[in-house]
Amino acid sequence: MNGSEFLFLLTGLKWTLFLSAIGFVCGAASGLGIALARTSGIRPLEQATAGYIALFQGTPLLMQLFVVYYGLALVGLKLDAWLSVAIGFTLHASAFLGEIWRGSIEAVPKGQTEAAKALSLGYVSRMRDVILPQALRISLPATIGFLVQLIKGTSLAAIVGFTELARAGTIISNQIFKPLLVFGVVGVLYFLICWPLSLYGARLERRLAAASH
Amino acid sequence: MNYKFDFGPVIEGLPDLLWGCLGTLGLALAGMVLALVIGIGGVVLRDSPYRGLRWLVIGFVELIRNTPFLVQIYFIFFALPLAGIRLDPTPTAIIALGVNGGAYAIEIIRGGVQSIGKGQIEAGLALGLHKGQVFRLVVLKPALRAIFPSLTSQFILLTLTTSIASAISAYELTSVAQNIENNTFRSFEVYGVVTLLYLAMSWLMMRMFAQVTARHFSYPVK
Repeated sequence: MNGSEFLFLLTGLKWTLFLSAIGFVCGAASGLGIALARTSGIRPLEQATAGYIALFQGTPLLMQLFVVYYGLALVGLKLDAWLSVAIGFTLHASAFLGEIWRGSIEAVPKGQTEAAKALSLGYVSRMRDVILPQALRISLPATIGFLVQLIKGTSLAAIVGFTELARAGTIISNQIFKPLLVFGVVGVLYFLICWPLSLYGARLERRLAAASH
Repeated sequence: MNYKFDFGPVIEGLPDLLWGCLGTLGLALAGMVLALVIGIGGVVLRDSPYRGLRWLVIGFVELIRNTPFLVQIYFIFFALPLAGIRLDPTPTAIIALGVNGGAYAIEIIRGGVQSIGKGQIEAGLALGLHKGQVFRLVVLKPALRAIFPSLTSQFILLTLTTSIASAISAYELTSVAQNIENNTFRSFEVYGVVTLLYLAMSWLMMRMFAQVTARHFSYPVK
């Protein structure tokens, strides 16, 4: 593998990071909405979001990408591969983050809600100033864990035909016929991104566990 | 939107798709068995007195958990022939699934073993139970109870992961779906129905495991 081939892998890595960032940021925004709807106390809303979450947790990410990819084309949206993949990851992330944050919101002691209500805080202020900051702290290890899953998951965009790191690896491997070397390097690149995040998540988890004892 | 849905090809391909479901379940089951073997072996090595072995297991777990399954399966797919092992795609996929699931199983099983306090074992021995009884009643059952939920959800995750094995065209639902799609171009219909089949499988597994938990691993209510 020469320099230009390695550079091609790095270009793929750039797209992997870009795709992960888009999926995570947009997924976080809509995931927050889903978590709030899921804990809203309004039955139809809760059931709808529970169904949405179950749908995404019970099917393979690859199928979700396929359905979004072909589904968007169906409704007449002629989108770039990367845009439809980004939408797919956003939906995927919104369901998983929604579920993680639902758990965290429910893990905040009930007394906090009661106290906020007793102080006659409205819903917005109660959530924004009292519940969510505490829920965020609780959710952080799981959220980072999911971010790692998402980064690894973006490799499936390769199967849909989007050239990120894994597909860049396939292309180079087909060119130079050294699949072990190429996929070894690709694996190391993923590892270098994901491992520090995993370590950070584990550290936060230990700290959180120590704090709650 | 002036697209006309046509589920004809899907209905025609339904027997194939159902066989694909069986392929998926078989792949997941075989992968899970291998994962459990690796998991138990890994836990034994992970807590062995030899530092080198311990670090080997830790390194394995971290490496697998921080790289995508797609890259792992490609790597194994190309590595096995170089090691002189010629296998069809499906057994190759089982090995990849087992290796991947094994890394997670090590962490889960280890958590279960650690949840058994040393005092419990000592108490069991003090009560006059012999070693086999202590292992079976004091160590194994509570540990199984502790890890069963995580292991089964890992099993369901592994089942969903099998769809990636289509990348090396192992026999399972997604590759069956891809064949039908290639022949009929009814992409959305095919993948839509297949998504529902996956949903049905994971739902059934979830219900089944919940039953097992309720029957065998719940504490008596009183």
